[in-house]
Amino acid sequence: MNLSNHVTTAALERYATGGAGIGADALWAVEVHLDSCAPCRERLGDAVARHSPETVSLLALVQANLASEVARSPRMHSRRLPRRISRWAPPGLWPRLAMTLLVLAAALGLDLAASSQAFPSLVLLVAPVAPLLGVAAVWSVGLDPAHELVVASPRAGLNMVLRRTLAVLIVVIPALTVAGWLAGESPARWLLPCLAFTAGALAFGELIGLRWAAAALALLWTAGVITPSVLAARTPVLLEPASLPYWAGLIAVIAVALVLRRDAYTGLRSSTWFVR
Amino acid sequence: MVRAVSAAETAATTYAWAIHAEALRVRAGRRMAVDGLDLSMDTGVHGLLGPNGAGKTTLVRSIATVLRPAGGTLTILGEKVNGRIDLRALRRQIGYLPQEFGYYRRFTVREFIEYIAWLKEMPAAETPAAVQRAIERVGLTDRADDRMKTLSGGMVRRAGIAQAIVNDPRILLLDEPTAGLDPDQRLQFRALLRDLGTDTCVVVSTHLVEDVAAACTDVVLIDAGRLVHQGVPADLAAAAGQDSGAGDSAAERGYSAILRRHRETQS
Repeated sequence: MNLSNHVTTAALERYATGGAGIGADALWAVEVHLDSCAPCRERLGDAVARHSPETVSLLALVQANLASEVARSPRMHSRRLPRRISRWAPPGLWPRLAMTLLVLAAALGLDLAASSQAFPSLVLLVAPVAPLLGVAAVWSVGLDPAHELVVASPRAGLNMVLRRTLAVLIVVIPALTVAGWLAGESPARWLLPCLAFTAGALAFGELIGLRWAAAALALLWTAGVITPSVLAARTPVLLEPASLPYWAGLIAVIAVALVLRRDAYTGLRSSTWFVR
Repeated sequence: MVRAVSAAETAATTYAWAIHAEALRVRAGRRMAVDGLDLSMDTGVHGLLGPNGAGKTTLVRSIATVLRPAGGTLTILGEKVNGRIDLRALRRQIGYLPQEFGYYRRFTVREFIEYIAWLKEMPAAETPAAVQRAIERVGLTDRADDRMKTLSGGMVRRAGIAQAIVNDPRILLLDEPTAGLDPDQRLQFRALLRDLGTDTCVVVSTHLVEDVAAACTDVVLIDAGRLVHQGVPADLAAAAGQDSGAGDSAAERGYSAILRRHRETQS
């Protein structure tokens, strides 16, 4: 270390003991230098420890008092899991996801009990509408207590809705895959219909509210496909591999509609936000 | 800690009023709850008074940009909200306490307000300090790490006010904020309002005429979706005059006298 560019040891010692005997201009120069020079600050610490016991005891007192104050004041951070997850899924979603898993377990149980090849797999029949129970809770006044706060926030909008929908799918699709595998159904048969119903509920929800849209679509599928298939004991043509291209096309159309009317998710449902 | 002031905040404003409505019409369900309202509000505390169903909540919701105007114009911070605009930048400058303040019961006060700060797109680095400041301003410091479900009604209300002010909004909308507060808390709340009103446009919707008389710099009285009267709180007391309207205080008598005169001229 080139000492000619730094504060001399004598000046530092005088500074550490209160600055007696240093001129105002020299004092200023010492402080400016200390401000920007870590090695000299370290030397100052040594000088204080050696030459100024009263400063050392004062610092120890301050530290002891501060430590007890800090221990009593509320903590700034408590990193807990719920806070992170809530950014993806509102708390009201969990009971609905649990219910979805129960329904799937029941369908799987019936499938395994029936075990006749002629009867259509219930897991396969339920799969397209399985996410709707959770999707309904993603954006609705009744199921999210802080809904009005969420809707009024800058983050409100299609992005937020899609983010929460993803949280639903991340739980439901693996569960469906496992149930389908146990029931002997390949994901290829139900994945596209499942995504089409999810996207359809979101798009339809821009018109009549997500909760009603999900309920209407689930009812439609139950009445139009599940019931006739169970009564006739055959797999519906809609879930045959041949109809997959149609499902893909439907998803594309729905995606366009979803994006075109995205403003609906930045306003309250009682509004006529999308009527111009 | 002093918060950092951004360049956007110190920039000169290019608009005359924080909130400006002309012939504003807003629908609530099938009803036109706000119907031809003209109103201008700037920095200060504005007490929004009116009978039940006058359109107070609908007006506050439309200023919060969650209800789109059905007609007329509404300009907030110089931005016209009628057209198809990006509301994000505008909403970052608005604080809103809805009439039915819903919250997540299992969250602590701090977690809930941090969640709202995240929804308001505040920078993650500033959030903990801003949350602590908001909690201190409403006097909930000792309950900050308690779950929301353990709070009393008045404390929940204060948590609601804290979430509204966490982003240091330019426009603060409080819909019935004094419901459930005890007399002492209401006094503290009025002091907070006066403090906020020095640099923020605060709109307080309320039924309580004495709150308005005590804490507001401006009184806005609406009835059936239209502006009836706008002036300083002293006007209310003056309007009472020798009129023997219903009410215990001069301000309450003035309120009912203005409302009655307005209804007589309408019919």
